[in-house]
Amino acid sequence: MNVKALIICLFLAGPAWAQGFAGLGTEADGFAVPARGLAFDFPADHGPHPTYRIEWWYLTATLTGADGRDYGVQWTLFRSALAPEERAGWSSPQIWLGHAGLTTPEQHFVAERLARGGVGQAGVTASPFHAWIDDWAMQGPDLARRVQVSATGADFAYDLSLTADHPIVPHGDEGYSVKSAAGQASYYYSQPFYEVTGTLSLPDGPMVVTGQAWLDREWSSQPLADDQLGWDWFSLSLEDGSRVMAFQLRQTDGRSYTSGTWITEDGSPTPLPDGAIAFTPLALSDVAGREIPTAWRVSIPSKGLEVDTTPLNTQSWMDTLFPYWEGPIRFSGTHQGRGYLEMTGYE
Amino acid sequence: MMWRTALSALLSHWRYRPVQLATLLIGLAVATALWSGVQAINAEARASYDRAAAVLGQDRLDSLVPRAGNDLSQDSYIALRRAGWQVSPVVEGSIRVGDLRLRILGIDPVTTPPQAALGAFEGGDGLYPFITPPGLAFTSAETARQIADATTALPPLRVQDDLAPGVVVMDIGIAQRLLGMDGRVSRLLLHPDQPLGRASLTDIAPDLQQRSPQAENDLARLTDSFHLNLTAFGLLSFAVGLFIVHAAIGLAFEQRRAMFRTLRALGVPVGTLIALLAAELLILAGLAGVIGVALGYLVASVLLPDVAASLRGLYGAQVSGVLTLNPAWWLSGLAIAIVGAGVAAASSLWRAARMPLLAPAQPRAWARVSERRMTMQAVAALLLWAGGGLAAWLGSGLIAGFALMGGLLLGAALMLPPILSLLLIAGERLARAALWQWFWADTRQQLPGLSLALMALLLALAANIGVGTMVSSFRTTFTGWLDQRLAAELYITAESEAQWQDISPLIANRSDRILPIWNTEITVRGAPVTLYGIADDATYRDNWPLLSQAADPWDQVALGTGAMINEQLARRQGFTVGEEITLLPGWTFQIVGVYSDYGNPTGQILINLPQLTARFPDVERLRYAVRMAPEGVAPLMAELQSRGLTERNMIDQAALKAFSVSVFERTFAVTAALNVLTLGVAAIAMLTSLLTLSSMRLPQLAPLWAMGLTRRRLAVLDLARTLLLALMTMIAALPVGLALAWVLLAVVNVEAFGWRLPMDLFPADWLRLGGLALLAAGIAAALPVRRLATINPADLVRVFAHER
Amino acid sequence: MLLALKDIRKSFQSAGAEVPVLGGVSLTLDTGETLALTGESGSGKSTLLHLIAGLDAPDAGAIVIDGTDITTLPDAARAELRRGSVGLVFQQFNLIPSLSIGANLSFQARLAGREDPGWTEELVARLGLSGLLHRYPEHLSGGQQQRVAIGRTLAARPKLVLADEPTGNLDEATGDAVIALMRDLVTQTGAGFLMVTHSNRLADRMARRVHLSAGRIAE
Repeated sequence: MNVKALIICLFLAGPAWAQGFAGLGTEADGFAVPARGLAFDFPADHGPHPTYRIEWWYLTATLTGADGRDYGVQWTLFRSALAPEERAGWSSPQIWLGHAGLTTPEQHFVAERLARGGVGQAGVTASPFHAWIDDWAMQGPDLARRVQVSATGADFAYDLSLTADHPIVPHGDEGYSVKSAAGQASYYYSQPFYEVTGTLSLPDGPMVVTGQAWLDREWSSQPLADDQLGWDWFSLSLEDGSRVMAFQLRQTDGRSYTSGTWITEDGSPTPLPDGAIAFTPLALSDVAGREIPTAWRVSIPSKGLEVDTTPLNTQSWMDTLFPYWEGPIRFSGTHQGRGYLEMTGYE
Repeated sequence: MMWRTALSALLSHWRYRPVQLATLLIGLAVATALWSGVQAINAEARASYDRAAAVLGQDRLDSLVPRAGNDLSQDSYIALRRAGWQVSPVVEGSIRVGDLRLRILGIDPVTTPPQAALGAFEGGDGLYPFITPPGLAFTSAETARQIADATTALPPLRVQDDLAPGVVVMDIGIAQRLLGMDGRVSRLLLHPDQPLGRASLTDIAPDLQQRSPQAENDLARLTDSFHLNLTAFGLLSFAVGLFIVHAAIGLAFEQRRAMFRTLRALGVPVGTLIALLAAELLILAGLAGVIGVALGYLVASVLLPDVAASLRGLYGAQVSGVLTLNPAWWLSGLAIAIVGAGVAAASSLWRAARMPLLAPAQPRAWARVSERRMTMQAVAALLLWAGGGLAAWLGSGLIAGFALMGGLLLGAALMLPPILSLLLIAGERLARAALWQWFWADTRQQLPGLSLALMALLLALAANIGVGTMVSSFRTTFTGWLDQRLAAELYITAESEAQWQDISPLIANRSDRILPIWNTEITVRGAPVTLYGIADDATYRDNWPLLSQAADPWDQVALGTGAMINEQLARRQGFTVGEEITLLPGWTFQIVGVYSDYGNPTGQILINLPQLTARFPDVERLRYAVRMAPEGVAPLMAELQSRGLTERNMIDQAALKAFSVSVFERTFAVTAALNVLTLGVAAIAMLTSLLTLSSMRLPQLAPLWAMGLTRRRLAVLDLARTLLLALMTMIAALPVGLALAWVLLAVVNVEAFGWRLPMDLFPADWLRLGGLALLAAGIAAALPVRRLATINPADLVRVFAHER
Repeated sequence: MLLALKDIRKSFQSAGAEVPVLGGVSLTLDTGETLALTGESGSGKSTLLHLIAGLDAPDAGAIVIDGTDITTLPDAARAELRRGSVGLVFQQFNLIPSLSIGANLSFQARLAGREDPGWTEELVARLGLSGLLHRYPEHLSGGQQQRVAIGRTLAARPKLVLADEPTGNLDEATGDAVIALMRDLVTQTGAGFLMVTHSNRLADRMARRVHLSAGRIAE
């Protein structure tokens, strides 16, 4: 019995991590529930919301190395609350989880960190912005404009400088993002316009990289409906400067709930309602002993978009406490560009 | 076909000799039982130590520990994490619940490395109740049962079966509060996988150092001697058991010589015959092995609770009192039975293989004592003694002690037959009457046949005397020490400080003085130590048994500059008078005295009471020693009881002494039980040897009967012979046993228990043991003697018949 | 009359059936008389000898030795009779292996409480055992051992000497010499001598001869 199993035992027995990815449970149980029509309050909302069950600071970057090859980087800090409160010291019910990924055409590096809240090992302050777990950090004067992101694993590390001159982009209805027909929702905003420079530390040596990055911020207490199995989430950077966020939540009845945002070059968002986007798997890959669709056709007829995506590395498997697929993609069709794909709930 | 026919012929022997078959099976089964019983006990104890050691992977993971002091700041932990070091904090400490010392382990389940192997913690209700007050405490079923009724500060208990007994695991935050260690961490577990490019330890936390996993945990090392003792006993019993088997198999072979001859004459090749005999042996040994292992399980489960008590009493080692079955143990028990039978039968098989086809079929009479063999044995014995002495002189520590012991015992066993032979020759020389002359000569003639059994008896008796002397010496010293140490007439434990406030005026009225005994648990050099604060009082100055001391030690304690430590702490940590001892960072005392503290597993430190309360203002102020006139104790206790103080919380001197002595007795109960068992096995060895001899002796006795000695007379003489040999063996065992006692007290004890004891002699015990040995020999001889006394004359006449 | 047997009967149980061995044997022997008891294997001659020696008891009849009917005596008294009045010489010699030759020779005499060093010395000389007194039985030849056994018996001066195939384990020449010597020595002590043998040649050496056939005297 290893500690992973122990923690799963401890966690699974609790309400928060009962189902699905990263503890996206279905019951609110005294936790705060997102409400429509509440405007974001920055920079405070860059910080944590301990009365909500689950929250994340989720960064993905599509990069090009000095060697001309594609790279992908992920940096994520999850917050999971066992109770809707914060306390000082060890009795804090806040649990922090860090995931770092680095994808090359041949390899996919993963690291994971766990921490208790209340003792300083992990946390987030809004202003000046600082999110950290152990030695990993996303730190800057302002999350919306300029941050430094770093993480280390046993066999890789990265250190990236991110800058953006576009404003924050809220999804859904002014940041209120509906996740099912039954009304489950989360608060959700992004900064999809970072320009990146930095260095990757790889087993072969350091690699200077440049590229673009996309930050997702989301918090909620009950985002998944009972009949939802998992999701396929795309962030696409089109060559014309537009950005597309698109996801589908797969249901047990074989259908799915779709949602997305069309973000113009200047950063103004247009929500894409359920049914506005079509997702079609094109190819399955054998990943970690399961079949996963790593190539997709994404169609948004209303925007005249139909692209086929191909992964940089089909084996972009995040072998973490709760495993999932997350990796950089390229796409072509009516539009071309690079992006990131995240898929959860594939057994 | 030939195989089956021949085998059934060979096996038919046992049908006609059920007693012989029983002897063989009993001998082998008993030998196997004692051996595998002891093995089971040792295995169980070792498994408990391993579990204790494996808690939090201390046996596999490196840790970071403070260079000085007992714990580190939680800030250092966070600083290390923030620098990328993958470490997990652990808070350790101990608390007492009743007379049980619990090891508290506070962990952070979120960062604990997978290699820490904490177990599943089933029955937990998730992380939330574990980490938030009051938290949850996981412990073994056994420990949970022991503390179920006690009122403790522990969080609600949950049973976790694969935890070592005595260990209580809880969340680090809960443990910090319980142990008064807020913001402190005992040590950090180091994950085996560390990220790239983290800063060096000296940059982040220069006050910490990396410690490798302890290859062998302290407890295992500490208790090694105890288990070596048990193993030695087990081995001794097994060897003695093999004597029985040897005798029984030898007899069966002798009696079947005619059958062997016939089988071979009928065309069974000698190889086949030997193979068949081996197969027969395998069948019997397998059968006996199964019985033996089952018996061994019984022995172990009966003795285990006492062993557990002993280990707890001596070393504070927590051993489960419940035996777990292990297939490897069963198999090894069977294997040892078969190997043992093979060893015991080797000479018989060898003889059967080399027996000429036309050898006389009659049982071979016992050869006369070979002087050459006796001389060789004597030389071998001297060499063994010399070797043991050399090992003790050149070597050191426990191993040398055991080498000395082994050489002593083995040499003595080998020396026994030559010495007995010499004594019997002297007896024969001195004998006037023909009958007595024959008696001595005949006794000497039986010697080769009986010497194995007598050697077994010698070993059993010597072990008995040696261990008995050690235990009795210990007991004398211990009770004497108790008389000094438990000077106060009454000891009171209040349930609360309010209760004490309530009853203290009454006690003050009735007594001469009230002495607080307040204590707290601290850690010194990584080991738990009980720190006592004592009042400056004549009770201590007059009675406390000091082994070594500085000038005016009690004055220095009273001044608050000196501390007294017990012998265990001094020996284990190498402290001597005059050195400094650091109790907490920056809190240092001069050691001004070392006192004997028998029977206490852990270290102890005495300091002045105000020093204790200044440093630990929250220390529980509940225990007091009351000095008063002895005749006033009973009435005061009765009155206190009416004031609500429970009986459990008042201990008068006499009761405390009785309790301490009972702890002591339990500690050595196992030794006593094994002693008795070994003696029993020696008696069985004697019986089987005598049975073997008695059936071969008929041709020797029949002429005497024909010459006019009645069967009764012959039987009485045979009984006398056995008793004489037992008596002589007992006398020979006396010096051997005393030498063994010396080795145990002066060499082994110091290594094993951490204290040295004066050796006392207990002649009354020897008389009792001598009586016991004669009784055992008499019982062993009873059956063959009775058979001889009532033998059908026709059986004797048959000796003279022509056609033999 | 030294020995008188009156209608001795003895049966053994064998395989559940009564097998008669002696069917009414009567016999007398005087002091100083030598008697050979001959018969085929299984004729009952050894059984008769054992009965006379008190090693076994007859089913019926009387065995009177020196005026005492030993068939009515308790075990202890019969043992005393063997110790004091009767001397036995066996085919197997039956020396005591743990005692030296000297000790073996004087053993029975000392048991009986009438050791006569002069007589023992004479016996040693007559039996040619002088050089062997400190040896042990296992070191001696068969003839030597039998001479020790004879010496042991005669040293106690028994009134009645009983010998059961005393030369059965010896070669003919040695056997003849031993018998001659034994007869002479017994005659010298004046004891009665009854020898069981199946050899006519040896029987001829005795003064009288009785033949036992199928459990009865066929003189």
